[in-house]
Amino acid sequence: MNEASSKIAGKAAHKADSNGWDPAIADLDGFRQAQQLAYRCAEAIADELIPGMTEREAAALMQRWLAANGANDCFHRPFAWFGDRTAFRGFIGFRHFGGFNPAFYPGNRKLEENMPYILDCAPTLNGYTADIGYSGCIGENRMLDKLMDDLLEYRVLILELVRQRKQLSEISQAVDRLCARHGYEPRHKAYPFQVLAHRVEKLDADEKKHRSVLNFGVRNIARLVGDVAKGRREGWSPLWSSGHASDHAPTPGLWAVEPHLGFRGVGAKWEELLVVTEEDAFWLDDDVPQVRRWLSRGLEPLAKAA
Amino acid sequence: MSTQIRAQAEAQALRVRSGDVELAVKVYGDVKRPVVVLVHGYPDSSHVWNKVVGPLSARYRVAAYDVRGAGESTVPTHTAAYELEHLVADLAAVVDTVSPEQPIHLVAHDWGSIQSWEAVSTERLKGRIASYTSISGPSLDHAGYWVMQRLRSAAPGEIAKVATQLMHSWYIGAFHLPLAAPLAWKLGLDQLWPKLLERFEGIRGESAPTQSSDGQHGVNLYRANVAKRLLAPRERRTSVPVQLVVPTRDRFVSLELLDGIGQWVDQLWRRDVSAGHWLQLSHPELVVRYVSEFVGFIEGAEESAGLHRARVREGVKPGKNNKYAGKLAIVTGGGSGIGRETLLSLAEQGAEVVAADIDLAAAQRSAELAELLGATAHARKVDVGDAKAMEALAAWVGNELGAPDIVINNAGIGMAGNFLDTSTADWEKILHVNLWGVIHGSRLFGKQMVAAGKSGHIVNVASALAFAPSRMMSAYATSKAAVAMLNDCLRAELADQGIQVISVCPGVIDTPITGSTRFVGVSEEEQGRRREGAKKLYQRRNLKPQAVSAAILKAIDNNRQEVLVGSEAHGARLLSRLSPALSRRLARMELSL
Repeated sequence: MNEASSKIAGKAAHKADSNGWDPAIADLDGFRQAQQLAYRCAEAIADELIPGMTEREAAALMQRWLAANGANDCFHRPFAWFGDRTAFRGFIGFRHFGGFNPAFYPGNRKLEENMPYILDCAPTLNGYTADIGYSGCIGENRMLDKLMDDLLEYRVLILELVRQRKQLSEISQAVDRLCARHGYEPRHKAYPFQVLAHRVEKLDADEKKHRSVLNFGVRNIARLVGDVAKGRREGWSPLWSSGHASDHAPTPGLWAVEPHLGFRGVGAKWEELLVVTEEDAFWLDDDVPQVRRWLSRGLEPLAKAA
Repeated sequence: MSTQIRAQAEAQALRVRSGDVELAVKVYGDVKRPVVVLVHGYPDSSHVWNKVVGPLSARYRVAAYDVRGAGESTVPTHTAAYELEHLVADLAAVVDTVSPEQPIHLVAHDWGSIQSWEAVSTERLKGRIASYTSISGPSLDHAGYWVMQRLRSAAPGEIAKVATQLMHSWYIGAFHLPLAAPLAWKLGLDQLWPKLLERFEGIRGESAPTQSSDGQHGVNLYRANVAKRLLAPRERRTSVPVQLVVPTRDRFVSLELLDGIGQWVDQLWRRDVSAGHWLQLSHPELVVRYVSEFVGFIEGAEESAGLHRARVREGVKPGKNNKYAGKLAIVTGGGSGIGRETLLSLAEQGAEVVAADIDLAAAQRSAELAELLGATAHARKVDVGDAKAMEALAAWVGNELGAPDIVINNAGIGMAGNFLDTSTADWEKILHVNLWGVIHGSRLFGKQMVAAGKSGHIVNVASALAFAPSRMMSAYATSKAAVAMLNDCLRAELADQGIQVISVCPGVIDTPITGSTRFVGVSEEEQGRRREGAKKLYQRRNLKPQAVSAAILKAIDNNRQEVLVGSEAHGARLLSRLSPALSRRLARMELSL
């Protein structure tokens, strides 16, 4: 695995030098298509969710939908969380097993009326990987609405600070502070390595089905491991958190950014690809469900800023 | 006082005929206002309302009458003449005279309340009573059902409740003994009565002129009604809105009697007052306020915040999610950290909350979150150390929301560094918030709580550093030690009022206070570095504000006097007791942050 990953890392260095990354339009289109596929999947399965369904059933539905719609690999297999599991309540307290917290594996929690849910999937389409998060509920949940409204500020804040070329750790800490001000828990800290975001890289396009181990796609994780090794040499990290490893300016490339907020037993997140170039940064696609939702709720001025 | 004198002067004395008896009625106030009728209990006469008729008649037309057998009304000699139906007929005669057209608002105490339950739940006065405020007197029929239901349940706990009530009612048995009670009144109990009231109820006042006669004849009320109703209770329901004003330290009526009263009443409000039986004598202003708010609301004014909290909601059983329903909580420093977390926990369990913070936006945010949890919430900007600002906050709370049940004086700032580097300005700054804030909050809200008879809680946040000296934290530790001592003194003082003072001593809690702690005697840059260090240390300890808020709520529920949060707090406490010398020795350690 190590050998393989360093080989891939070498290839990555050749293809997308972090010191001079200039995304090809075609590549961005590829990533955008993958992200749109992922969001279409989340929306399609969200429509199919009914009370009584378990997280595992929802995750399996997403997996089938993605496979049927052309995804042949993934960063991770689809996740689904229901009820207070959307807020990872309790799990944030203990150190994950070496940065690996099994709490996010889909379980047997059954969906109920007015219960929040999160669908999270990361398909690879034609070698392009997206990673998205989608929050919702069947019925009504005022608290969830509030969290989802407030998530807009995070989208604005993160982009603004990346454009200012602030250090990634500083940006993550600014997100922590915004959470504190809002009275929310930054639940993305329950993710492996407490990441606010992680890199995704372009893989070779092919038709065959690729393996995943422990629900994580082998090729994508290998690339991430490669990035870790490469980043260590070059002084950056593909795992963007509040820690020292992220004490560096935004690294050009694609980042799957996933602020995840929790308040009491309710959690909400979105996850989108952020494109960082040498000079600038932008969200890969503004036509995503959360932005459409903010617009429809009249949170337009801020959404425009986003 | 002047209104009282004027109202008294304008009192109009009437004699109202009801069957064979004549009732003495005094009427006060403006003829055009809604009419409030006051009904006294035993062994009183309308005299017992003297302190409330003045202020009440400034707003309403008030009629107070002597019940048959009392004061200047006729004294029937037969026991049977004291049966409830006659008492209801008397009330009806008074109502017809003082308010022939408009329905009246009934306010009654003790036996007056017992007979008024009969009046609001039987036909005779149907449509003639707009509201009923009942002070310390249950319906005998409800009480009969209460006893039956408990005895039938055969549960030991329920039967024990019946036994307790029987013990509270020893005097009722005594009143059934031939001669005894009337003889006692004849032999001079009337002379002794004011002294007994003062000794046991803390009420000063002069004896009513007819005290001896009131005491002798009123015994017939018990003899004519109690056994009959308790043994064969009838269902007594009412659609008249009822406000229960419940003195929780009543020696004569146990609180349990009111359990399940909601089954008989469509619209019910309940206000508990930590006071004895004669509320109109011990807390006249409060009675006036409660009656005015209730009558005002029934007459079409907006429901006051206090009344709204007092509403008893049908089908809502006390439980985890509404443990603090009907309670008002004020939290200073409620915009972040421990304050916000405690505020939200209280809100989550039903309390109405006020977030007070020097950062208004933060307080508003806390209030907004509390509302999401289903609570009524308010946000106020306040500098807790500023006496005027705190007085304004307390005045606003008192006027708009009523006295609080729970006050959490939590606002605090951090300071670290050598004592010799701590300037006068630094000292003033930290004492301003950490000590004066607690003093103002405890004093202003404590007064309101005492006046309103709230047997609530004052929670003052100190620190484990209150008993763990450190050369690094002299200003902060001193301010917190002062708070801890204030808590101990105040607890002793307020114990008589039934107000619990809770001292909270958290250890190393990860809150925003670390980010704003002032490090004296170092450069800005060094201060920034040390803040970072402190923040890291606190984050590593990973003890969250949630731990403190959970401990505070537990202390409130269990009436604990002191709560320590975190093993370091327990350790420091133990050390300060087992080996003060070692504790002082450790104080010399210079922790490099």
